[in-house]
Amino acid sequence: MPVLYGTDVSSSLLLGTAQYPSPKVLSDAIKASGSDILTVSLRRESAGSGAGGRFWELIRDLDVRVLPNTAGCHSVKEAVTTAKMARELFGTDWIKLEVIGHHDSLQPDIFALVEAARILHQDGFKVFPYTTEDIIVGEKLLEAGCEVLMPWCAPIGSARGPVNPDALRAYRAHFPGIPLVVDAGLGRPSHAAEVMELGFDAVLLNTAVARAGDPVVMARAFAQAVEAGRLAFEASPLEPRDMAVPSTPVIGMAVFE
Amino acid sequence: MKLIINGERQDVSSLTLDALLEELAYDHEFLATARNNELVAAEDRTRCRLAEGDRIEILSPMQGG
Repeated sequence: MPVLYGTDVSSSLLLGTAQYPSPKVLSDAIKASGSDILTVSLRRESAGSGAGGRFWELIRDLDVRVLPNTAGCHSVKEAVTTAKMARELFGTDWIKLEVIGHHDSLQPDIFALVEAARILHQDGFKVFPYTTEDIIVGEKLLEAGCEVLMPWCAPIGSARGPVNPDALRAYRAHFPGIPLVVDAGLGRPSHAAEVMELGFDAVLLNTAVARAGDPVVMARAFAQAVEAGRLAFEASPLEPRDMAVPSTPVIGMAVFE
Repeated sequence: MKLIINGERQDVSSLTLDALLEELAYDHEFLATARNNELVAAEDRTRCRLAEGDRIEILSPMQGG
């Protein structure tokens, strides 16, 4: 199981908490997933609403670790201030750092991401950067103090799955020993299994479970897929071959003429 | 005194951030606050004196991916 910033994690499935049909479905899906790290966020609270408090009580009752995000931030300043407010609110120095560069693709602004990661690391944060599969950016993030990298495999919420598996394979090979989490773009359990088979340490997803017809069952399906993919990686799967190879031994076959 | 609170202009009488949360009837337990783009930690709210035109952000936990 992955070790993230010195913390043993019991599940390779990190789950988001947004877009579920109800708080009960959210709670049941999280339990079904076996996930012990949930992403959360923070937003403006209306006076007297109490909505944030109710959500937070629900999450605390689940006895899991939270990973606050800086979703929606488009600048270094926004992301850094939001991270500091998240640390204050959630009582953790873990931060899922998102600095969005484009409204439509939600692609990270990797230049601002590296700068914000450096600032937050120097301020004591343990940064989980949402990044692209660009290896050089990954190296810069490690130089900035990150100990975990979280490349996307497709745009956030797109459910397309790994659109560039060769790049993910190269990414894994380039960063041996660094915990790698595929964050964003996963749509189906088979996608999660595919990236886990490549040797990624974990996946982080939200929409694929929350917006499924039955989020609770889908959470269980992802949990099983993640475990299957990890086991397959550890068992060293066969590489594809160009030619057929008989699986049944041909030696000792009877000859009939 | 006119402040911009969570993006909306409001006329308030409080002189500190702590008093402002009381005036607006916020539940203090689940909030993070910022004044003019800088975090104001919970323990600093009583010392955080407000000035005309300050931009105050009052955030709470919510669902996220």
